[in-house]
Amino acid sequence: MKTKLLTALLLGTSILGTGILGTTGMALAEDVTLNIESWRGDDLTIWKDKLIPAFEAKNPGIKVVFAPSAPTEYDAALGAKLAAGSAGDLITCRPFDKSLELFKKGNLADISSLPGMDNFSPVAKAAWQTDDGKSSFCVPMASVIHGFIYNKDAFDKLGLKVPTTNEEFYAVLDKIKADGTYIPMAMGTKDLWEAATMGYQNIGPNYWKGEEGRAALIKGEQKLTDPQWVEPYKELAKWKPYLGDGFEAQTYPDSQNLFTLGRAAIYPAGSWEIGLFNTQAQFKMGAFPPPVQKAGDTCYISDHTDIGMGLNAASKHPEEAKKFLSWVASPDFATIYANALPGFFSLNSTPVKMEDPLAQEFVSWRGKCKSTIRSTYQILSRGTPNLENETWVESANVINGTDTPEAAAKKLQDGLDSWYKPAK
Amino acid sequence: MDTETMAAETRAKRPIRWHVGVFLAPAVLVYTAIMILPLFGTLQLSLFRNIEQSQVFVGFSNFRTLFGDPNWSVNFWNALRNNVWFFIIHMLVQNPIGILLAALLSSPKLRFTAFYRTAIFVPTILSFVIVGFAWKLILSPIWGVAPHLMDFVGLKSFFTPWLGKEQYALTALSLVSVWQFVGIPMMLIYAALLSIPDEVIEAAECDGVTGMAQFWKIKLPLILPSIGIISILTFVGNFNAFDLIYTAQGALAGPNYSTDILGTFLYRAFFGFQLQVGDPNMGAAIATIMFLIILAGVCVYLFLVQTRLRRYQF
Amino acid sequence: MSTATHSLPRTIGAHAILITYTAIALFPVILVVMNSFKSRAGIFGAPLTPPTPKTFDLIGYTTVFGQGDFFHYFQNSLVVTVASLFFVLLFGAMASFALSEYRFRGNTLMGLYLALGIMIPIRLGTVAILQLMVASGLVNTLTALILVYTAQGLPLAIFILSEFMKQVSNDLKNAGRIDGLSEYTIFFRLVLPLVRPAMATVAVFTMIPIWNDLWFPLILAPSEETKTVTLGAQLFLGQFVTNWNAILAALSLAILPVLILYVIFSRQLIRGITSGAVK
Repeated sequence: MKTKLLTALLLGTSILGTGILGTTGMALAEDVTLNIESWRGDDLTIWKDKLIPAFEAKNPGIKVVFAPSAPTEYDAALGAKLAAGSAGDLITCRPFDKSLELFKKGNLADISSLPGMDNFSPVAKAAWQTDDGKSSFCVPMASVIHGFIYNKDAFDKLGLKVPTTNEEFYAVLDKIKADGTYIPMAMGTKDLWEAATMGYQNIGPNYWKGEEGRAALIKGEQKLTDPQWVEPYKELAKWKPYLGDGFEAQTYPDSQNLFTLGRAAIYPAGSWEIGLFNTQAQFKMGAFPPPVQKAGDTCYISDHTDIGMGLNAASKHPEEAKKFLSWVASPDFATIYANALPGFFSLNSTPVKMEDPLAQEFVSWRGKCKSTIRSTYQILSRGTPNLENETWVESANVINGTDTPEAAAKKLQDGLDSWYKPAK
Repeated sequence: MDTETMAAETRAKRPIRWHVGVFLAPAVLVYTAIMILPLFGTLQLSLFRNIEQSQVFVGFSNFRTLFGDPNWSVNFWNALRNNVWFFIIHMLVQNPIGILLAALLSSPKLRFTAFYRTAIFVPTILSFVIVGFAWKLILSPIWGVAPHLMDFVGLKSFFTPWLGKEQYALTALSLVSVWQFVGIPMMLIYAALLSIPDEVIEAAECDGVTGMAQFWKIKLPLILPSIGIISILTFVGNFNAFDLIYTAQGALAGPNYSTDILGTFLYRAFFGFQLQVGDPNMGAAIATIMFLIILAGVCVYLFLVQTRLRRYQF
Repeated sequence: MSTATHSLPRTIGAHAILITYTAIALFPVILVVMNSFKSRAGIFGAPLTPPTPKTFDLIGYTTVFGQGDFFHYFQNSLVVTVASLFFVLLFGAMASFALSEYRFRGNTLMGLYLALGIMIPIRLGTVAILQLMVASGLVNTLTALILVYTAQGLPLAIFILSEFMKQVSNDLKNAGRIDGLSEYTIFFRLVLPLVRPAMATVAVFTMIPIWNDLWFPLILAPSEETKTVTLGAQLFLGQFVTNWNAILAALSLAILPVLILYVIFSRQLIRGITSGAVK
């Protein structure tokens, strides 16, 4: 009797289920709907409330849906969807090889001739071009700049001056540590990439002289075991005593919370943090670029082309999608985007006026320092082992003290040598 | 024995037994179409290589790379070693605890068993997303729940950031996994203990075998088949595990690959991660090896363990 | 039953062990739910204290409810789980009955064939499955998920159920045959009620991974209409990773429905196990 009842219930639910299924298929209207694939779940509200309405107002008949997935699943899920043909019309592009691979497979369309592409400098476009620079496949959207964000209130209270050289940097850290109110620096190694991105790639360009060293590495004229590439690791190894207790298990959100709750004084940052920190921190913040070795040295910053948008070659509405991409390439989009997301700096050649003081501080470094991109992104992460991923692991090892800077550098170079033969 | 042959004879007389087909068809159809065909489609990729955007047959060369090229083999053996440790902890901790709890729960006249049973099974129904996140919070040195609690019992000095230390991370995560899944052996053993006929127990008690002795001498042999099933389920589950490590430590299974198991290794190879582009061919090769390992384990169980255990069935 | 086995110290010991373990099992859940009702300062300042009037705050829940239709996600999860469970149990029981009851050529082979699926994670077949679903127009429908989960659940269901089916006494079935019952009647009327405990076990085993799966909803049915609660929660986690109020609230909301369902079902499950036990 009971079993029958249960069975009936189950059956009932499954019929109800099919009923629901039936209705979902009918939501097709006459408007063309474009789907955007993205890993930027954080930006959902900005797309929904600001960017998409702005586009739709000018382009009646086109509906745009922003459908993000979590950053960790994005690439795998997108790959599967592209292979099966169920991916969205517009694809948010990672820089360099990941997107290049998609283009080579024919998943991303060639958009070199898209109206609006000439709004970008060759440097901005380089992240989404074939090696010969002939075809572009994504519209550059934004770059992010590395540096350090600090708690201004804490600095004022302890009478600290913003450091510009390495020596001053450690002096400041020592003072904060001696005072004991604040954890000197909020960074953890649990999530690995913090150590590599906010650590190695943040301070490194000052040592390998930005583009000069990066290009030499690709040409094979420099090795990761050369002093200019090992030196940043030696600096990272010195950071350990200034990090919070148990930093080995401290995750990225932990670090963010430590800083915004006012428990840490300095945060090795990417500019993308600005928006979030503005809403969460109850104190005044400032920022400084990675300190140079000696006063008067040229400074270098990592100004990394990080995000773009391309066209799915299998899109059923390529014309409408191109219209959208042209809009993404326009100064209009740049203004809304850069102001809604302070810290994502527009790559558009037309200067964008930004309101946020912290974002202005970051972007002002472009004037006094030389810009470069992250050393591992172009060409060098095409093989196995993957240089970028190994850099995450080794940077964390160096800070944890489980690998010496020299050993870490050697491992990376050996891994690279095993598959990378620089063109002579 | 007699009824067996008789039944067999009656069955043999039927001309075509359509019902056998009817019973099998739905399961076989759904299973073949949605699971087997796609899976073998994937596994055969391990014999191919992507050269100039087209799949070229290369024989066993991917396997030679997997075992011969240190860039792959070091990671593979590391993942396999970790996976074995992961399994050992489950066998040594999860299953004994499960049996103990089931034995306690099945003792007649104990009160509140329904409550205990329900409560202990709760972690099993939680998603990995929740489990991974909750334990990261608890073990986080920043939030301070674990150090706080250890302070209560005077063990604070023993606290270290386990998930961030190479030597502890895997064990810590294995124990979290044990915490999550202990309900399964408990339930299965509990069901097995309840199905022991009352007469057997009563006979034992007449012979003066009670308490612990009764458990070891009478009940344990009777539930051995269930323990066998649990062991093989644990084996299969552990060698397919992926989600917990992935949600707690990320796809790179840090620190320094110390929590990398076959599932996470496979995921990185097959789907790629961050700047690493997925390589379905090498991924398929790893999957094939995993398949063979699990197949070997299941065969050991089916042909060695299970046939011996049959004796105890009633 | 003799009373000799249950002396007082032994009972107390048993309770002590069970209570300790229950505390371990429930602690993380209680911690998450408790802190979801606190303000940000309360969560970080004193994670172990229950919310006081000073730290009580519903900000997390307001954020969650302002963000997505969690009730709808929950409904999707429920439909998918219940439907898949039904098909797994029905098809699985039928197939395992055929395997354990009848001798036919290729029986063992068929058993092994059906068990293969336990050994490879179905995730690997993703691309081919997705192609299949795209070809049949099932992408972004719950049907796609139900099909995949049914296929995924079958091998284990058949594996466990055949073990139990073999234990059903032959006399009973043969008595039924002598009475002229059809094989279908024997299966549905005589055998199925007897393997109820095994069915309950399989149900639990099958239900958990389906409810908690993140991968296939993400790949096969990521649209707003078909999102499951686990996928919704995961996206939410990604979006609010530093907003612990919102995260703890979302986690609590993901835990509570399953918990309630489980408490309701667990009665059934245990009753199934105890009354159906083969004695």
